[in-house]
Amino acid sequence: MSCGITTVTSKAAPLDQVNVDTDQIIPKQFLTSVSKQGFGRHLFHDWRYLDSAGTQPNLEFVLNQPQHQGAEILLSRENFGCGSSREHAPWALADYGFKVVIATSFADIFYGNCINNQLLPVSLSKSEMDTLFDAVQSAADTAITVDLVNQTVSCNGDNYSFTISPLHKETLIKGLDAIGQTLEQEAFIQAYEKKIPQWRCAPHYE
Amino acid sequence: MKAKTLYDKIWESHLVKEMPNGFSLLYVDRHLIHEVTSAQAFSGLSEKQHSVRQPLLAIGTMDHVVPTAKDLIDVMSAEQRNLLALMHSNCETHGIPLFDLGHTRQGIVHVIGPELGFILPGTIVVCGDSHASTHGAFGALAFGIGASEIEHVLVTQTLVQKKQKTFRITVEGRPNDAISAKDIILKTIQTLGVSSGNGYVVEFCGSVIENLSMEQRMTLCNMSVELGAKAGLIAPDQKTIDYIKGRQLAPKGDAWLEALADWTALRSDNDAIFDKEASINVDDTHSFVTWGTSPEHAIDVTSLLPFPEQEQDENRAQGMSRAYSYMQLTPGMRLDEVKIDVAFVGSCTNSRIEDLRAAATQINKRRVSPKVKAIIVPGSMEVKKQAEAEGLHTLFEQAGFEWRLPGCSLCVAINNDTLSAGTRCISTSNRNFENRQGKGVLTHLASPRTVVESAIKGHIANPAL
Repeated sequence: MSCGITTVTSKAAPLDQVNVDTDQIIPKQFLTSVSKQGFGRHLFHDWRYLDSAGTQPNLEFVLNQPQHQGAEILLSRENFGCGSSREHAPWALADYGFKVVIATSFADIFYGNCINNQLLPVSLSKSEMDTLFDAVQSAADTAITVDLVNQTVSCNGDNYSFTISPLHKETLIKGLDAIGQTLEQEAFIQAYEKKIPQWRCAPHYE
Repeated sequence: MKAKTLYDKIWESHLVKEMPNGFSLLYVDRHLIHEVTSAQAFSGLSEKQHSVRQPLLAIGTMDHVVPTAKDLIDVMSAEQRNLLALMHSNCETHGIPLFDLGHTRQGIVHVIGPELGFILPGTIVVCGDSHASTHGAFGALAFGIGASEIEHVLVTQTLVQKKQKTFRITVEGRPNDAISAKDIILKTIQTLGVSSGNGYVVEFCGSVIENLSMEQRMTLCNMSVELGAKAGLIAPDQKTIDYIKGRQLAPKGDAWLEALADWTALRSDNDAIFDKEASINVDDTHSFVTWGTSPEHAIDVTSLLPFPEQEQDENRAQGMSRAYSYMQLTPGMRLDEVKIDVAFVGSCTNSRIEDLRAAATQINKRRVSPKVKAIIVPGSMEVKKQAEAEGLHTLFEQAGFEWRLPGCSLCVAINNDTLSAGTRCISTSNRNFENRQGKGVLTHLASPRTVVESAIKGHIANPAL
């Protein structure tokens, strides 16, 4: 990843459901692809389409509603991204065009996978989420600004602050290469490996 | 000295370096790899011309897309075949031991890891699969990771992690004979909710946990991820040691003695403080079965389906209403009158030999209902061999169950085992999400005994009756 995130201003798509799991975000039938690209068209496939080929849009689903087209922010509820650890979930969200997911809470593995893919997960309180959902549901083109540098979400003149760990923030802003960063710690890894007890070392194959 | 939790102890013994901002660089001891989530990690590694740092600290197998019916091997899709071919070439290129399709030790990654003696107490274990939490049963800190982190582990044998909070769940009471670890974890998830573990590592304690066998502990920890916790832990004890001793990849000789000495300290100190505590009592508990589309939608099999309007938590009430509509059920119905079409015993949750023995015992000379398709998928070639040596496969086949080859099968339905819309399946797997077993499929999670009893009766049924 090279480009970083600082500020996103966009309308938002309101997905008003709890426990949105990664099986819904990117259904299993698409996991046989060995690329990281192209998952956006299958995002929320089983909710988004009435048929398995994906040719008949489900017009009741939020992403198919004309007023929410072009949204770069997704709103949801508690425990977003629960279930499988598949990184295809943030790949699909990002490939579709989302840059930020704002929800009451996130499942831990999914949260980490977002950070590794330049997708910003923002947690706000339930009452703050209620306000955002109300705003977007009454006027779909309501602009929401997510400012990662100052850790704020702004909507209709209100500001909400959110927390993010400094390392995650820096990773998103600078688009850091996590493996490259860790490889700079080579001396520490080597020193650690020298003191690993025998029983934890590689097993013997007879 | 400050009292420490088991989690603190494992964390500290794996600390390569404290990083700024509260993160730590941790050493990873064991890496489990399967064909579906590793392809992008290997291609990322190759693009950057990195190599695998410690190939012998990993093992690979093929489980997610493999067919489990003998006659289906030729009908795999080109994409499925490609995943197997890539897994094979990636392991070969990088020198990672592979328990390939056709190998005598092939099986579900979370079944073969422990079976081989690859999983040890006090280690850090990762897998590109959230049910890596299974291995917490050994007192290993075990969690699922995404493709970026798989690549990170392959290249550096480390991960940058932030310490989670700690959550102790104490399980007490005297469960009746029909209650298994599956019922206990479903009751726990129902009581505490699927997001109760977000941000935490769970440690399971209490007399009920101490009395569970290793395989039952694996079932319990397997579903700790369904509490929203990345990992669940159980302190190792004599049962853990007895399970590991002598297994193919377990330490031997002096290394074994050194391990035993280190493992004695692997428990939370008596006065250790946890960030959160909960207790679950299993007295008078019947078998638990899910009715909805979240693992927290579980109830005692003898009770009536709950009313969303009586649920205090607004979020949970919303989830329940949606689940009723998907599952084609109504509040107030009896769960044990719901008819089923398919019964599935298998998955990394419930496909070990004890699960199959429990399933076989429940048959008790009866037959599967003619209206039900019932399949039993052993977790590994080793489990299959053992079950066949005990004659369990004959009991299953005579009762009308299909006896399959090892694989993830209907748990993940990314293989040839998938069901059609409207099919109602009672399943020993771990996730009852919408569309999990096929688009529009209605999944009920339950224990092996409950699944067998239901297959025989043709409707969801209490195995204790």
